[in-house]
Amino acid sequence: MKFGILINEGPYTHQASDSAYHFTEAALRAGHEVVRVFFYHDGVNNGTRLSVPPQDDRNISERWSALGQKYDLELILCVAAAQRRGLLDEDEAKRAGKDGSNMAPGFQISGLGQLIDAGIQADRLIVFGD
Amino acid sequence: MSVLHIVNKSPFDRNSLDSCLRLAKADSPILLIEDGIYAVQKNTAAAERMQQALSTHSVYALRSDLQARGINPDNIIDGISLVDYDGFVELTTEHDKLQSWL
Repeated sequence: MKFGILINEGPYTHQASDSAYHFTEAALRAGHEVVRVFFYHDGVNNGTRLSVPPQDDRNISERWSALGQKYDLELILCVAAAQRRGLLDEDEAKRAGKDGSNMAPGFQISGLGQLIDAGIQADRLIVFGD
Repeated sequence: MSVLHIVNKSPFDRNSLDSCLRLAKADSPILLIEDGIYAVQKNTAAAERMQQALSTHSVYALRSDLQARGINPDNIIDGISLVDYDGFVELTTEHDKLQSWL
């Protein structure tokens, strides 16, 4: 079965990002396909590579990157939500005249159309948020 | 068409469980995750509503979120089934639509 995952909450806030991660991991382990993980609103903060949590805590963005690499996942940040919150890839940083990008490996910036497309392609769209 | 309702907020904090119970069709299952877990406990202000819900809905709770909150298994309202993440995924495949009551 094909799943689309929507995450509307930042990391280390309540529990949405953790729940979404464990759900996605369990779905992939069960042999399901995840067509896209879409990060929207504060959810885009999951895609920073500059997060430095304490050593005995989970690193949420690194964990997404690793899962993305293992299963060749599409990890998409909503462009408008990302720009507002200072989540920039190389292109966006250059365009906005900023001195660096902070996107974690495996994450991409794209538009809201990718969320609609995930809803169309997937058999199930599941929302995690606050 | 069947809908799986997912509630992630405590019934003592928000009204998402109440909204869900008011609008969910009879027989549609309810899954409690995150702080939604607090609705499973006996002898609380939400227990009667939960008890009532169980007469028309099957209710599931995510085991790891229950353990994370230190809820004693003996204190869970009878009739609520516990699932792990594999069971969570399975529930989502068994129902056509997923409604998260955020």
